[in-house]
Amino acid sequence: MNKIDQAIQFQNVSFRRGELSILKNISGSIYKGKITTLVGPSGAGKTTLLKLCNGLISPTHGDLFIDQQSVLAYEPTTLRRNIGIVLQNAPILRGTVFDNLALPLKLQKKSLTKEEAISILDTVGLDESFLERDATELSGGQKQKLTISRTLINRSKILLLDEITSALDPVSVHEIEQLIKKINKKYDVTIIWITHNIQQAMELGDYIWVMMNGELVESGDISILSKTKNKQVQNFIQGNV
Amino acid sequence: MTYTTLSLTLIFVLIPLILSKTLHLSLEKDTIIATIRSIIQLLIVGYVLKFVFDSDSFIYIFFMITLMIVAATLNARQKGRAIKGITWKIALTLIVVEVVTQGILLGLQIVPATAQYIIPISGMLIGNSMVLSILFLNRFTAEVESNKDSIELVLSLGGTPQQAIHTQLKNAIRASLIPTIESQKTIGLVQLPGVMSGQIIGGADPVVAVQFQILIIFALLTTASISSILIGMLSYPTLFNERMQFIKNATHK
Repeated sequence: MNKIDQAIQFQNVSFRRGELSILKNISGSIYKGKITTLVGPSGAGKTTLLKLCNGLISPTHGDLFIDQQSVLAYEPTTLRRNIGIVLQNAPILRGTVFDNLALPLKLQKKSLTKEEAISILDTVGLDESFLERDATELSGGQKQKLTISRTLINRSKILLLDEITSALDPVSVHEIEQLIKKINKKYDVTIIWITHNIQQAMELGDYIWVMMNGELVESGDISILSKTKNKQVQNFIQGNV
Repeated sequence: MTYTTLSLTLIFVLIPLILSKTLHLSLEKDTIIATIRSIIQLLIVGYVLKFVFDSDSFIYIFFMITLMIVAATLNARQKGRAIKGITWKIALTLIVVEVVTQGILLGLQIVPATAQYIIPISGMLIGNSMVLSILFLNRFTAEVESNKDSIELVLSLGGTPQQAIHTQLKNAIRASLIPTIESQKTIGLVQLPGVMSGQIIGGADPVVAVQFQILIIFALLTTASISSILIGMLSYPTLFNERMQFIKNATHK
């Protein structure tokens, strides 16, 4: 792949919090318009990696580049609008579904029209009747769809998803998976998706990254999982599948 | 009141001591220390005030007010010690409160510019401001601690630190102001406030005492709102760094 195809490029990125080393010397590329799934055990540093991309934290060593430009060169609010993130258990704000959807534009002192809200709800498979419903009383799957659609309001070209299906029932998981595929294809959005589920990672990912103890131990297309010689990765896969 | 009569009031100390001993509350030592400290502190203050009132010098008035601000700052900062630079933030708030309120009271000649008026009024306003700062810091740190995910959500969607902390700041300001506003709604009905009681006991006309009390409660409204809003506006930026990132441990040590 050419440099031009790289949406995000990590160059020797490390992140420490006090004495604790959370990410160690990560280097690699995330490709435009593709879904990259990110797997690894708890505490591997996956969420930290996503937060670095969205600018919620900065590397303590190394640099990462979005469209060939260092994240530090972006104005933080611009960077965060361009790179949407749906964090695990992202809070639903008190108010209606419309209030939640309107938040990203309200932060820019703009307002969301009813038509735009209906259109974005339609993308995630929720109909117009949801607009005035109390957002805190939605089911788990509906809440997750709302958090995704709220992030989509910014029309980000990169979408970062942190275990968005981990607390859902199988039907909702399938719906969300189809939804993310649709967003990826329809809007040509680059996606990084953290999941604990290797099966899900293999089915959805064009590329896969495996992280362990803050290190990127494997990366490439999904065939790397069957070819890996890394004992730790083999054990992790066997424990998961 | 003679010192012999005053010594009879020690009965009010004896009652809690007997109760504590009987019910094994283990509060005897603290009660005795509190009693001795209050006697010594109030006697010292009484003699110092007598000296300052007699001299009627602005240098001593300035010195007394500075002392009040320092003591109030040191007390209030305990509640927000994890917030960077909290000491000077509280001190600045108390100075602003004192300058604004005394500026109005003395500038418009509402009260005479003498130690007898400036010092007690300053004491009440600075004291109230200190309590407001403590209430605000208590609530603000609790709000931030329990809403980290919401703060991070607003930042992640492209909001500024001010937008991210807006709800927590507003809740803490409101919560710290409510006791002042509520207590003023029932003033005179449930309890007679300190200034009024003191003046009436001292032999003043109750109507004059009420006029002074009204002056104080209006001034307290200003000190309350200035204190919590100013300390809030000065405190919240320290929770974020220059990259608009939320510093997770900024409100606790």
